[in-house]
Amino acid sequence: MSGTEGYNFAYLDEQTKRMIRRAILKAVAVPGYQVPFASREMPLPYGWGTGGIQVTASVLGADDTLKVIDQGADDTTNAVSIRRFFARTAGVATTTRTAEATVIQTRHRVPETPLTGDQILVYQVPIPEPLRWLEPREAETRALHALGDYGVMQVELYEDIAIHGKIKRSYDYPVEVADRYMMSPSPIPKFDNPKLSDCPALQLFGAGREKRIYAIPPHTPVRSLDFEDHPFDIDHPGTPCALCGDTESFLDEIVTDDKGGRMFVCSDTDHCAERQAEAGHDA
Amino acid sequence: MYVAVKGGEAAIDAAHDWLAEERRGDPAIPEVTPDQIAEQLGLAVDRVMAEASLYDRDLAALALKQAQGDVIEAVFLLRAYRTTLPRFGASMPVDTAAMRIDRRISATFKDLPGGQVLGPTYDYTHRLLDFALAADGEAPEAPTAEPLDPAMPRVLDLLADEGLMERETPPADESGPVPDLTREPLTYPAGRPLRLQGLARGDEGFVLSLGYSTQRGYGRNHPFAGEIRQGAVSVEVDVPELGFAVDIGDLVVTECQSVNQFKGDAERPAQFTRGYGLVFGRGERKAMAMALVDRALRAEELGEAIQGPAQDEEFVLSHADNVEASGFVQHLKLPHYVDFQAELQLVRALRAARRDENREAAE
Repeated sequence: MSGTEGYNFAYLDEQTKRMIRRAILKAVAVPGYQVPFASREMPLPYGWGTGGIQVTASVLGADDTLKVIDQGADDTTNAVSIRRFFARTAGVATTTRTAEATVIQTRHRVPETPLTGDQILVYQVPIPEPLRWLEPREAETRALHALGDYGVMQVELYEDIAIHGKIKRSYDYPVEVADRYMMSPSPIPKFDNPKLSDCPALQLFGAGREKRIYAIPPHTPVRSLDFEDHPFDIDHPGTPCALCGDTESFLDEIVTDDKGGRMFVCSDTDHCAERQAEAGHDA
Repeated sequence: MYVAVKGGEAAIDAAHDWLAEERRGDPAIPEVTPDQIAEQLGLAVDRVMAEASLYDRDLAALALKQAQGDVIEAVFLLRAYRTTLPRFGASMPVDTAAMRIDRRISATFKDLPGGQVLGPTYDYTHRLLDFALAADGEAPEAPTAEPLDPAMPRVLDLLADEGLMERETPPADESGPVPDLTREPLTYPAGRPLRLQGLARGDEGFVLSLGYSTQRGYGRNHPFAGEIRQGAVSVEVDVPELGFAVDIGDLVVTECQSVNQFKGDAERPAQFTRGYGLVFGRGERKAMAMALVDRALRAEELGEAIQGPAQDEEFVLSHADNVEASGFVQHLKLPHYVDFQAELQLVRALRAARRDENREAAE
């Protein structure tokens, strides 16, 4: 696509946006429930963020400031590509600073910087159904959600503990939203799960290929599934970020040579850069 | 010292420039035009139109050029264009009995009203490379036959008149809205209209292999190619202001109706049942495969044992779309650093725990 002549603001036509906004409203009204929507083909491939892109296109206004991250970083190729898509089709301002953004589209991470009530976080979701690996049939899983019958997941998590001593899920760790629906938080590391609960920002989840939208409204309780005697906990490598020294952020492992050399740096590049700038300023 | 990777933007621009250069190939060779593709690679254009669900030869040819002949990429380009188009309404059902026939064959009757019409088919060519095509040369002129018999009844209608073939059950409300899987999310059970839509735009290779699997025992249903017809049909739209339907143009389509056995059950005597395939253009392989899979998917309705994937509606419809499949398979190229990091930590922790256990056991 060399130009955008003949395309509407933010690519999608207004009828499609209205259809998606209706699905979003329903999703907000029933937190954690997967609302089917008539997902469109987008000019980017399925599995590369088409759900998130459609949600973003439907909530974006001309005065919004958009940030797009993939793996926590603004400069990964797919984040660059999606940010450019909206810069080109909507002409909106873009930023890499979490605090400046009004809409943040993300793949696989929740920003380290706490979000505010003026922001919307849009997640790209590959498989929206948390029960999918336990029950492949959509007709069946929808019935299980309707009945609130989540026994298969409880058994699955229990078996992990019985066999491995701990729950063997490090990302896409299932949660329960507002004491009702079981929900996939998308493949964020479980390290990020606590950030979902009581978050002041609206969190929207878009799955394009699977044609589902779901939401966590602001300040909604979100509980990572666990057992009384095996409470949910998060792992941290225990080393500080080699660039900014943060001991509490999620770290990427960088292989520095072929002799086992490793270093750990913040996955959230904006968070890391801000901390480095502050440290430079202080010094 | 490690510096966080930057430069994704410049890399993407450079990759796109390189791609454009690759697409053009050697500039000493004349550039292919969409017109040439539309005229001379017509079957590829047909397939792109069918799987993109958009009947536009020029745009399909352009998509093929832009995609360097990668059919699925071309389908994707055309779909991403189609999805932005406004929807004015639904046409009247096309009448394939009134098709202007280029080809019409039946494997169930040696001769029949209207006759067998072979048309421009590869069926009986010997697949020997024709080196004359590599050299310049004029195509031989095809002989012209007498005009075809205008009465070309559909074979399955002939069987139905005798009561041997099930009647198609029309929808309860024929004036009701036509379901459209490109405008509404697919839910299961989907029902036959949506199944047929899904199959019509499904990947030819996938539908072909599923149809083939039914012939090899995975949901067998004894098919005969009752009739295959190919040609132009008129598309009519009912304009409420006018009070009558208006012909808005022609489509070339291929229709296949299979004839399948049905043993009968307590309520129904033995009779033949049908599988239906209809695709844009001259997609005969696809239309036949579609008819096999359509019939296989009717297993539940006909009380047949469900033994193969081709009989499983959710399996078939969830995986037939090549734009969805291509995107999701290839998304594995995207970075997964964060998930993999989380997995690394987990595996290391599990291995450390095992080591501690073994040490304790040894002590």
